[in-house]
Amino acid sequence: MTDGASNDAFVEFERVQKSYDGETLVVKDLNLSMPKGEFLTMLGPSGSGKTTCLMMLAGFETATHGDIRLGGVSINNIPPHKRGIGMVFQNYALFPHMTIAENLAFPLEVRKLGKAEREQKVKRALDMVEMGDFGGRRPAQLSGGQQQRVALARALVFEPELVLMDEPLGALDKQLREKMQFEITYLAHQLGITTVYVTHDQTEALTMSDRVAVFDDGRIQQLAPPDKLYETPENSFVAQFIGENNTLEGVVKEIKGNTCVIELDGGEVIDAVPVNVSKVGERTRVSIRPERVEYNRDRLHADAHTLKAEVLEFIYMGDIFRTRLRVAGNDEFVIKTRNAPDQVRLKRGQQIEIGWLAEDCRALDA
Amino acid sequence: MLIAPLLLFVVVTFIVPILSMLFRSVENDIVPDTIPGVVTELAEWDGSVGAPPSEQVFRYLYLDLFKASEAKQHTRLGTRLNYEKTGLSSLLRTTGRSLDDVGEEWQDPLEDIDANFKDGAFWYQMMSGTDGEDLLEERRDLWAAMVGESMAGDVGFVPSEQVAQMLPWTTRAYTDFAIWTAIEDEDSVAEEDPWEAVYGALGMDLTNPETVSAIQSYTGPGADALKAAAANVGQLPQTGFREAFAAENEDWLSPDVWATIKLYSSSMTSGYFLNAVDMQLTPDGIEQKPENQQIYTQLFMRTLVMALIITASCVVLGYPVAWLLANLPMRTASILMILVLLPFWTSLLVRTSAWKVLLQQQGVINEILVWLGFVNDADRLILMNNATGTIIAMTHILLPFMILPLYSVMKTIQPSYLRAAKSLGATNWTAFWRVYFPQSVPGIGAGSILVFILAIGYYITPEIVGGTSGVFISNRIAYHISSSLNWGLAAALGSILLVVVLGLYWCYDKIVGIDNVKLGG
Ligand SMILES: Nc1ncnc2c1ncn2[C@@H]1O[C@H](COP(=O)(O)OP(=O)(O)O)[C@@H](O)[C@H]1O
Ligand SMILES: [Mg+2]
Repeated sequence: MTDGASNDAFVEFERVQKSYDGETLVVKDLNLSMPKGEFLTMLGPSGSGKTTCLMMLAGFETATHGDIRLGGVSINNIPPHKRGIGMVFQNYALFPHMTIAENLAFPLEVRKLGKAEREQKVKRALDMVEMGDFGGRRPAQLSGGQQQRVALARALVFEPELVLMDEPLGALDKQLREKMQFEITYLAHQLGITTVYVTHDQTEALTMSDRVAVFDDGRIQQLAPPDKLYETPENSFVAQFIGENNTLEGVVKEIKGNTCVIELDGGEVIDAVPVNVSKVGERTRVSIRPERVEYNRDRLHADAHTLKAEVLEFIYMGDIFRTRLRVAGNDEFVIKTRNAPDQVRLKRGQQIEIGWLAEDCRALDA
Repeated sequence: MLIAPLLLFVVVTFIVPILSMLFRSVENDIVPDTIPGVVTELAEWDGSVGAPPSEQVFRYLYLDLFKASEAKQHTRLGTRLNYEKTGLSSLLRTTGRSLDDVGEEWQDPLEDIDANFKDGAFWYQMMSGTDGEDLLEERRDLWAAMVGESMAGDVGFVPSEQVAQMLPWTTRAYTDFAIWTAIEDEDSVAEEDPWEAVYGALGMDLTNPETVSAIQSYTGPGADALKAAAANVGQLPQTGFREAFAAENEDWLSPDVWATIKLYSSSMTSGYFLNAVDMQLTPDGIEQKPENQQIYTQLFMRTLVMALIITASCVVLGYPVAWLLANLPMRTASILMILVLLPFWTSLLVRTSAWKVLLQQQGVINEILVWLGFVNDADRLILMNNATGTIIAMTHILLPFMILPLYSVMKTIQPSYLRAAKSLGATNWTAFWRVYFPQSVPGIGAGSILVFILAIGYYITPEIVGGTSGVFISNRIAYHISSSLNWGLAAALGSILLVVVLGLYWCYDKIVGIDNVKLGG
């Protein structure tokens, strides 16, 4: 998987804009390119335009501006039923007046498949989601998780190349959700389908996807594989939105190559990687992950800058220790340390010195 | 506990009227209450022989009818019996007028035999006595049943048990007279001259040899006058009451008349119901009425068919409107909703009259069609005073009852179903027909039941625009309630309508399932 557009792009959004009321843009300048077989997740807070993007792709909303292509062909003028895109809705949208088998047979019927072939495909799809015994039931007679599987099977039964899912696990409890996350990714890869998955749950996005598009305010803030997204967020929003994050504010003091020196508002000085800063004197927010903070002097470079910190809270969480500190006037500075035999357990009120490797600390937009 | 007032309200305003309607449709108290003696005596009579009943029956008829005509009840009886056999009303009315004359045939000779018989006080003295309280109460109850009042109060008269043994007819007649005079006329019994019927009754008694011999050994008040009468029986009319009635009107000898009275003499009758389905009860059993008198079955069928047509037109017209309401943007939908509800704010009468203006032969629709050249001036469409008018106007009036349940059901069908269907490859039409429509069927069901049941009992609109060929069974019911005053028949027709509706509801439940009816979410 590579970032950005490629020649064998299967799904492409090019400069797509969408406005419902003709005044405010709900989607602003969306550019996206997916190769075949990719599992891409749109992640973002509620109202950020994810569903709208999905609906434009499915054909239920038209783009106000720009071009959407599928397999290299512009689909702006193709009606939804000719796009051949499988879709799983948040409320499943299983037809309540049909049995499960009839629900699954529906897309095959409208494609005029023979009865025998239909039955065989329905059976295979139901077996695939382990719902083989439920063909005769009505949707209302199934649990939420079972309905979810059926909705999935129905979206897959006519073998679409592209499947869209809009928060399909939103209504399930945590345990079921984790199980289904696994099953959906497994099936998607097994069948080699291209999947666009929408969620507002970052864990879901990180665990399931090949790439994640972080949405905010109608724009993709960053489009990257999960590890990149977590480790090298490109702006403050992404750093804040994905995983736990410590933020310190200050002004750029000095830039040399791919490190820079930041003077925090309290006067302290730290090292960071310049990501979104280009000149001295610019305001910035630096971002550092809790598990990358060190308070063991031996593990830091000799010339690394350090900060004084006071322990406010120490929480034993089993696999890790979570410690809250006051650093440079910020009371919400959190560090996480692994529970290892030689690990020091901090005490409340203890004065320590912390530091980090410059490459773990990113100077982002203010 | 909190629903107790509501429960009471429902019982009083809903269940009680229905029960009373059901009761009224079989109730027939008026015959046994008005002529109780005749009814009892007729039980013995065998109508199949083709002969009129015995003298005994006519004696009871005379006394019962005399009472009834005093109380002005005999015309009611006539009206009731006339439902079953035409002519009985006038028979009873004319006979009622001549009952006094019949009594005078006995009164005049009796007064000639002994002048004491002219004197009310004499009669009072002769009939008064002791131990007659039971008889008094018995007669009082019969009066009460006939006039529907309690007749309670002091009569100022107690019949003599001894005289009652000797002169049973006379005592009964005099006691009836006494009760009526004291309670209804509020006069003193002793000061009033007895009815002609009392003389007639004495005449009946005097035909009995035992009475005549008992008078010989009688020594109480009036013994002399009675003895004189007994001695001069020959001066009294030698014919009986049968001949007296026959002289007034030949029909009293007709076995048919008596068969009808006997058929409807029990206090419950199936007559109204038979009538309501164009049948009649004859002495030979239940029969179809003559062709030219059959109206109700045809009217029921027409009502059913027209209600079905109206329901179907409401579905056809209401479905698209409800769909628009449920799917248009909020603002437009609200305006449309106001248009749908607007008719509810206008009086039903006004709306129906408006249709009258539109549908007349010189009305708006015809004028426009003629003006546009679609219809010749000479043959304008007849849109009113027939079934067409009723169907058009009622479809319009009942349309909101179809649209509202449809709308509330459609509102609950989420747009994601249609989207899902389309994403699965269905065209707009297939998505609608296979996915949307089946989910809206409960709304059609609810709307149809509502419209159909309202239509089948509708009254005002058919009355105004229906003419004769567009009226419903309810118009006939209303006619019997307010014009012909045949409430029993009206109740029977109403009960049949109720049963038909319940029956259809049951069928609907069996075929569609009442769970499949939704009025909303
Ligand atoms: N049918 C619609 N009409 C008007 N505005 C809409 C419609 N659907 C969504 N919006 C608006 O567009 C924005 C993005 O919505 P949506 O795409 O549903 O966000 P998300 O799925 O990320 O929560 C929201 O502000 C929402 O209010
Ligand atoms: Mg959404």
